[in-house]
Amino acid sequence: MKFTKQTKHDLITCGIVAAFYILVTILSATGHLSNHFRGLLVPLCYYAIAAVSLNLVVGILGDLSLGHAGFMCIGAFSSSLFSVAVKNSGLPSPLRFLIALVIGTLMAALFGFLIGIPVLRLNGDYLAIVTLAFGEIIKNFLSAVYLGYDEAGIHASFKSFQLQGEGKMLINGAMGIQGTPMDSSFTVAVLLLLITLAVVMNIVNSRTGRAIMAIRDNRIAAESVGINVTSYKMLAFTVSAAIAGCAGVLFSHNTTTLTASSTYFGYNVSIMILVYVVLGGIGSIRGSVIAAAVLYVLPEMLRGLSTYRMLIYSIVLIVMMLINWAPGAIAFRERYGIMAFLRRRNENRGKEGQRS
Amino acid sequence: MKKKVICLLSAALLTVASLCGCGGSGGQGSASGGDVFKIGGIGPTTGGAAIYGSDVRDAIQIAVDEVNAAGGINGFKIEYRFEDDEHNAEKAVNAYNTLKDWGMQMLIGTVTSAPCIAVSELTHTDNMFQLTPSGTAVQCVQYDNAFRVCFSDPDQGAASADYIAGNADLGSKPVAIIYDSSTEYSTGIHDSFVAKAGDLGVNIVSDTSFTTDSNTDFSVQLQTSKDAGAELLFLPIYYQEASLILQQANAMGYAPVFFGVDGMDGILGVENFDTSLAEGVYLLTPFSATAEDELTKNFVSKFEEKTGHVPNQFGADAYDAVYAIKAVCEKQDIKPSMSISEICDAMKTGMTSISLDKVLTSPTTISWTAQGEPNKDPRAVIIENGVYVLAK
Repeated sequence: MKFTKQTKHDLITCGIVAAFYILVTILSATGHLSNHFRGLLVPLCYYAIAAVSLNLVVGILGDLSLGHAGFMCIGAFSSSLFSVAVKNSGLPSPLRFLIALVIGTLMAALFGFLIGIPVLRLNGDYLAIVTLAFGEIIKNFLSAVYLGYDEAGIHASFKSFQLQGEGKMLINGAMGIQGTPMDSSFTVAVLLLLITLAVVMNIVNSRTGRAIMAIRDNRIAAESVGINVTSYKMLAFTVSAAIAGCAGVLFSHNTTTLTASSTYFGYNVSIMILVYVVLGGIGSIRGSVIAAAVLYVLPEMLRGLSTYRMLIYSIVLIVMMLINWAPGAIAFRERYGIMAFLRRRNENRGKEGQRS
Repeated sequence: MKKKVICLLSAALLTVASLCGCGGSGGQGSASGGDVFKIGGIGPTTGGAAIYGSDVRDAIQIAVDEVNAAGGINGFKIEYRFEDDEHNAEKAVNAYNTLKDWGMQMLIGTVTSAPCIAVSELTHTDNMFQLTPSGTAVQCVQYDNAFRVCFSDPDQGAASADYIAGNADLGSKPVAIIYDSSTEYSTGIHDSFVAKAGDLGVNIVSDTSFTTDSNTDFSVQLQTSKDAGAELLFLPIYYQEASLILQQANAMGYAPVFFGVDGMDGILGVENFDTSLAEGVYLLTPFSATAEDELTKNFVSKFEEKTGHVPNQFGADAYDAVYAIKAVCEKQDIKPSMSISEICDAMKTGMTSISLDKVLTSPTTISWTAQGEPNKDPRAVIIENGVYVLAK
């Protein structure tokens, strides 16, 4: 079977994820993995998923979205709401998680679509500002709403209320949703990451992807050859929102307490995901995954340095930025990097082959 | 091309392996069987809630040093390590796992509510004893292995309503409430206060809120309270916001009686705050740094020497937590060689059977119920001439 260069590149990306999974599973089974690192695995995956989904908008579509934490928030809350509501109904947990995953992803996609209708007619900075506002609205709305059911039926309000008789608070205002079953596992997270990669890579390499990239490169030229700009933009944006929602589902099912506070879903988180995308290389899916993994794990690994880790983390960000994007560094990499070394060796081999 | 693939894959594997190596170096399993008690602490020492976490961290250190200097617990020294959680449930879980790798046997933490609930799920699974100094949300101690030193949010709200209704001066005043609807702490107290006040016939004329994103300008809420004719303003919020409310109320010539809860403690230490504005403020707090007893004086002076500022009630709660653990360990003859689960089971039974009399955060004694709630008396103080005075 003959693969194109792009397919090979994509398969390697999936291979890296799979290899990481196998390695971690082996280390975990033989007891060589600390509790700390084991606890980082699922967050690492959902931030990688979020980064890939944002890369679809920022890198492939070429629009800046600062509201991805908002989509994560929708995915997290809608799926948690379902899981908590049916927790004691005897539904087997894999099935319950699957349904929760579908609900979270679809809800985020729905909101992505609804937001996309007015927003995607905007460009550049305007889009960034509107998505930023959207993320904040979602967060503030969910941290103010109360939802519960009792004998009299379902109640929803912006003021807290007392339930009559047998009943349960589902969303408790600022306290959020308590008691989400911990259904996320590393295996599920890696599977979702692989599915995400497959989906995004397939879009990028398809006719649709080429159309989307044409819009990114020159909107007017794309329109002039008959590409429906709004519909393609909408498609990319909705898919991206859905994937971010899926990351939110993993997030909410990895811990029992879910609050819509800015620590988890504020614009700082959206920007953090954007940092993963930018430092991994805008438009590079593999880069997003690796950058998310490294940058999430790094501050945790520096715990031994206590508060200095914040300082070191920021220095690392600057250094990474310089290495990735400074013209001098790029030239240096091209001349002396691993890839250049391999290329030279292959060329030399080729020459030797010709000689003999 | 095949070689290139292999090279790339092996390079990726190497990176991953080195990362895992970092993780693994924390040490495997628990170091039980040693001759020290390993007590861990978790709380925010960076970020917006850092002041609470740092106070808890330092107060535990002071208590641990004292206990070690006096011969330790049952002759065994305490080893203590504190991890930062940035007031973030996700990071708190990471901090907990880090401490577990270190060999923690008992946990004092976490300092703030949402992270505490997330961590209590894990301590419950591991059957690790958890004593939170200041996790006030109800669910923080929903499992039988978790206890707390502070009052729960509903208890504080109900106690405040009780106090106001029972006080001859305050009981008849129309009450306004300003609370932070975006924190569990404030909404928890607010909800129980409103419920209890309704039962006791306290007249609430205005009930307004703000969020963490809009916590600098309170003129709307103050004006609403003023227009409603409120003479008592109940503020179940932290002192930073309360200090702003006091300043802004003063600027608009509105002078009701202010009534705060334990989050109000610390208001006299706010930088650039005219403390004369806080004259006559009531607060229901378990701890007063200016109390005259020997224990408080000793703690406050040591704390000031170590950190340069007066401790707040979070620190005091944490200090009491260490002595509660010491008392239970001695009563149940707990040794560091026992497994984490054995220690936890012994602590669970022990906690409900002790009664501490020399404590910072209660004027009388503290004992614990099997639900993990403390039995102690709230202390109402009033600020007079820049110091706390016990209110009648």
